Amino acid sequence: MESSKVKPTMKRLFPILGVVTAVLLIYALYMALIGAPTEQTMGNVQRIFYYHVPSAWTAFILFFVNFGASIVYLVRRKAAADIVALVSAEVGVVFCTVVLVTGPIWARPVWGIWWTWDMRLTSTLVLWLIYVSYLFLRRFSSSGETPTLAAALAVLGALCVPFVYFSIWFFRTQHPQPVMGGGGSIDPRMLHVLLLNWLAFSCFAFLVCWSRYRLETLQRDVDQAHALESLMAPRGSAR
Amino acid sequence: MSAPSGITRVTLLKDLRLEWRSKDAINSMLFFSLLVVVVFSFSFDPSAEESRQIAGGLIWVAFLFAAVVALNQTWARELRNQVLDAYRVSPAPANSLFVAKVVGNFIFVSVLEALMTPLFIAFYRLRSLGPTWQLLLVAALGTWALVVNGTFFAAMSLRTRSREIMLPLLLFPISIPAILAMVQATTAILNGEGARFWMTLLMTYDLVFTTVCLLLFETVLNAE
Repeated sequence: MESSKVKPTMKRLFPILGVVTAVLLIYALYMALIGAPTEQTMGNVQRIFYYHVPSAWTAFILFFVNFGASIVYLVRRKAAADIVALVSAEVGVVFCTVVLVTGPIWARPVWGIWWTWDMRLTSTLVLWLIYVSYLFLRRFSSSGETPTLAAALAVLGALCVPFVYFSIWFFRTQHPQPVMGGGGSIDPRMLHVLLLNWLAFSCFAFLVCWSRYRLETLQRDVDQAHALESLMAPRGSAR
Repeated sequence: MSAPSGITRVTLLKDLRLEWRSKDAINSMLFFSLLVVVVFSFSFDPSAEESRQIAGGLIWVAFLFAAVVALNQTWARELRNQVLDAYRVSPAPANSLFVAKVVGNFIFVSVLEALMTPLFIAFYRLRSLGPTWQLLLVAALGTWALVVNGTFFAAMSLRTRSREIMLPLLLFPISIPAILAMVQATTAILNGEGARFWMTLLMTYDLVFTTVCLLLFETVLNAE
């Protein structure tokens, strides 16, 4: 079936992509820790930024993929779209968690506080909450209807995002807030390292999504086979 | 088959009659929000000035939790005797049912709010510095936001495991912008400040989510 079509390309491409990603990740790690220039005021603490920001971008892209795949599923009813939605939400939540963990680690020495209800922090947290609730729904609903319900929730969740940003933007600009690492321009070398990290992280995310997609497809095939077998079983045991 | 509006009316009247005779939802909501009010007033012990600052949040948290109690019951009632399955195989449009349920819940929660508000005013010595009609408008818009999403998610969590837990898990994250808007609007009006931004946001939220819920409800109801 479908899974057998995926297999040969996967067998050839997957290791190649795996090696490329590993090399990219190692190089990006080197560049982030040693290659990039040290920031003047924050010092080495700033280097976490090469993990924080690319993770955020990757998570947002994955959530967007989840939204697209969910719409495709609602329209076309293809199991593949559902698996893409599931996988992108799972990996997206992981990257979003990385963002929410690395943020406070950086904020503590620089701002002097672990957390502030600033606009970006709050809206990322709400986004994380929405997609965790999506994963909860997938976990708790019975298998037959999960794809439809999850796709409906994903659409509502994605529609909620502009409201979250807009409301929290207004909410937080109304009140004084701790000094942010001011705007200003970024050193081109730092930008280079940042983009390199982003590339590495995106490749890594894609790789994880791909193998997770494969795993989920296999899992469903196995479940289907089991279901068929149990349908046949009473006849077999009656012998 | 009768017109969609007819189905909505019949379902709504049936729900109202059931509620009038049993008073299950309204009683449990009332007692629950009363408990929230009392527990909060012990926890914070606010003065009149402070309570004006926090009342918006307290009121809406109480109503939000109480609404979940009612929303959890709204579809469970239809599961008995396979009413919902009968509805699914009938040619009646799904949205008529949805609208009836939303309006019914809106009425229940509004009644709750009307009964609880005097108590809030008495317990927290509240006196609004802004116009009352704005508070009423915010209450209506906020309740609608909670109830539309709540009814939709209650239908969604209907056939999940441990559905009573599932509803708040789904409802609260999506409702965060609406909750923020209602709380901020209420607090601003109580303190005599303008709340135009929050009211507009709430209205837009209501419009968008009502539309999308209507578009998706049939899909969710018929998910096999």
